[in-house]
Amino acid sequence: MNDLDLLRLITLQDSTTRTVLLGTGTLGLVSGVVGAFAMLRRRGLVADAVAHAALPGICVAFLIVGSRQFGSLLLGALVFGALAAWAITLIRGATRVKEDAAIGIVIGAFFGLGIAMSGVIQRSPGGNKAGLDGFIFGKAASMVRDDALLIAGVCAGVLLIVVLLYKELKLLCFDEDFGASQGWPTLRLDLLLMLLVCVCTVAGLPAVGVVLMVALLIIPPAAARLWTNRLGPMVLLSGLIGGASGLAGTAMSAVLPAPGTRGWPTGPLIVLCAACVFVVSLLLGKARGVIPGWLGRRRIERTA
Amino acid sequence: MTFDLHIWPEGSEWWVVTAAALACAACAVIGTFLVLRRLSLLGDAISHAILPGIAMAFILSGSRDVWPMLLGALAAGLATAGLTAGIQRVARLGSDASLGVVFSSLFAFGVLLITWVADRVDLDPGCVLYGQIEFVPLDTTTVLGIDIPRAVLWLSMILVADLLFVIVLFKELRLSSFDPAMSTAMGFGAGVIHYLLMTFVAATCVAAFESVGSILVVAMLVAPGATAHLLTDRLSSTLVLAAFLGVTAAFLGFLGAKWFDTSVAGVISVAAGVQFLTAALLAPRHGIVTRWVRRGLLAIRIAREDELAALYRQHEASPEPSATLTVLPPSTLRQRLARRLLRLDQSVRRINGGLSLTPAGLEQGAAIVRAHRLWETYLAQKTDLPLDHLHEASHRVEHFVSAELAKRLSKAVQATQDPHGRPIPPV
Repeated sequence: MNDLDLLRLITLQDSTTRTVLLGTGTLGLVSGVVGAFAMLRRRGLVADAVAHAALPGICVAFLIVGSRQFGSLLLGALVFGALAAWAITLIRGATRVKEDAAIGIVIGAFFGLGIAMSGVIQRSPGGNKAGLDGFIFGKAASMVRDDALLIAGVCAGVLLIVVLLYKELKLLCFDEDFGASQGWPTLRLDLLLMLLVCVCTVAGLPAVGVVLMVALLIIPPAAARLWTNRLGPMVLLSGLIGGASGLAGTAMSAVLPAPGTRGWPTGPLIVLCAACVFVVSLLLGKARGVIPGWLGRRRIERTA
Repeated sequence: MTFDLHIWPEGSEWWVVTAAALACAACAVIGTFLVLRRLSLLGDAISHAILPGIAMAFILSGSRDVWPMLLGALAAGLATAGLTAGIQRVARLGSDASLGVVFSSLFAFGVLLITWVADRVDLDPGCVLYGQIEFVPLDTTTVLGIDIPRAVLWLSMILVADLLFVIVLFKELRLSSFDPAMSTAMGFGAGVIHYLLMTFVAATCVAAFESVGSILVVAMLVAPGATAHLLTDRLSSTLVLAAFLGVTAAFLGFLGAKWFDTSVAGVISVAAGVQFLTAALLAPRHGIVTRWVRRGLLAIRIAREDELAALYRQHEASPEPSATLTVLPPSTLRQRLARRLLRLDQSVRRINGGLSLTPAGLEQGAAIVRAHRLWETYLAQKTDLPLDHLHEASHRVEHFVSAELAKRLSKAVQATQDPHGRPIPPV
């Protein structure tokens, strides 16, 4: 490792690294927070479908706008992501196909459409893919200042909504029927939660890509769940794990010596950092970890 | 009329179609069991998670030979199934969360491994996703003196293996898919069958993966099985139909891709999605539109019979055949349709500003009122419902009393009047 690089990274002298860290850090934090609610409602994998569905949305936006303008591409992704979430709800509610198959079908059809459309764009005159490929595997390193600010802004908005509606979301996650009987608009809250998931997913696409975005919404809350049985601490911890993974992954991709010419991709490194936290939590987690559970059982056996 | 046939496959393109059809059929057959077991996303997860398996196999063996890759992918696929079940049990997380954690971590690991060996191997993550089905005819091998593409050979072998597996273990698969506890109790370990199935899913994914790409594998493992599930209720016909749907999706997808000049795997996935959408809307028994139409027709039939019964009751009060019956203007669309229908099938006709029942309408109205009053009498005799509660119940049932049931009711109650003292119309 180059010492100078490390020094520059730690002191945040490099403006590119600073930009990317801002983007991936806030993204990880907010995905962790929103993912905690989504996981408790067992909607984690819907995010996978939303992320995959974003690809045709990006292509449509590109065809309409005609340029790789960040904001409009994300808007297209958001529209198609919401469409996918709605399609899953509809298939689950109106046919006898179960949710897992509904998610699988939506992923296949939407992502297939995206691949077909990006093929058409690629072959069209002047279309030379226009960086659409970056969305599939993510290209955090190519994030510019405006992109990062947009992501940070969107994430701040999402975070604000979660803070304001914390009580309502908590009710939705633990006793939906009670909430409905008390007159809370649970259906609208559920839709809002799905919308927040969509927004987070879409905001994260440029950084970590279609395939791995779901990891940021699932792994941090799954790890946090192993430490605590209370919602508040779980949401905070999940956000912290997400944010820390975002920062650590970005830092690693910036300083690790890259093989070949392409360099280490940031998205997979972020996911792998989160996965490491999950493995540690699985072993040591206070509430549900393997070792505390084993120690607890042993203590009971001894006293018995 | 002439058709522009330039999208019809020609020459070596038939190999592409064949490879796609073989892959789709194999995925569809084995995927049907995943759909039935609510494990659809395990197929998705496995097809992502075999990426690190393939990369590891390459690093360890140092070659792009098929066998090490197949073994590596198989191991990764089984690891996904095992790890998911393990995390679910140990950490008591939901199945979706466990699955998400495992496959996304493995996929990230796989991408990093591939980046690591990027200089030494031509394993572009993009190719893995999109597949390189267009290049299938380029990589041939010789079997019995004939040059056939390697992918076609592999895919036919895996299809035959899948079919053999399903046919030989059909009974066990069926039992353990629908009732795992009973299967285990009867001595066919559901766990053993589960991991056997996972092995075949992983093997199918691996074989299809390299030639057609993982997105097509994901789509084909789920969509044809789910579509067939909407169209039929028997497991054997579901399997045959799923394979058929897979093959047609492959063919249509190829034509579409040639038309738009784009990725074959992508358009095949879309074709499978369109098949599902069509079935979801129009399936004979479970389709959304079908059910909607059926409910609508029933509602109109009931409205029509209610109109007829109301006219008949008016007719009873003044039983001259040419009397003018007065009706209020229709209040709902349903009622309006019902009256239009009554005039169309000549059950009523217009007479000086009012309506009059024709002999056919009179007969039908009598049958409905007869059913209503018979049912009221029956309820009054056999149950302790108070008199003022009989009408509502009978009003609902009158539309579903067949002539045969009316005859039996009449025999059971032995009455000419209903409990309110009104005559029960004779047959």
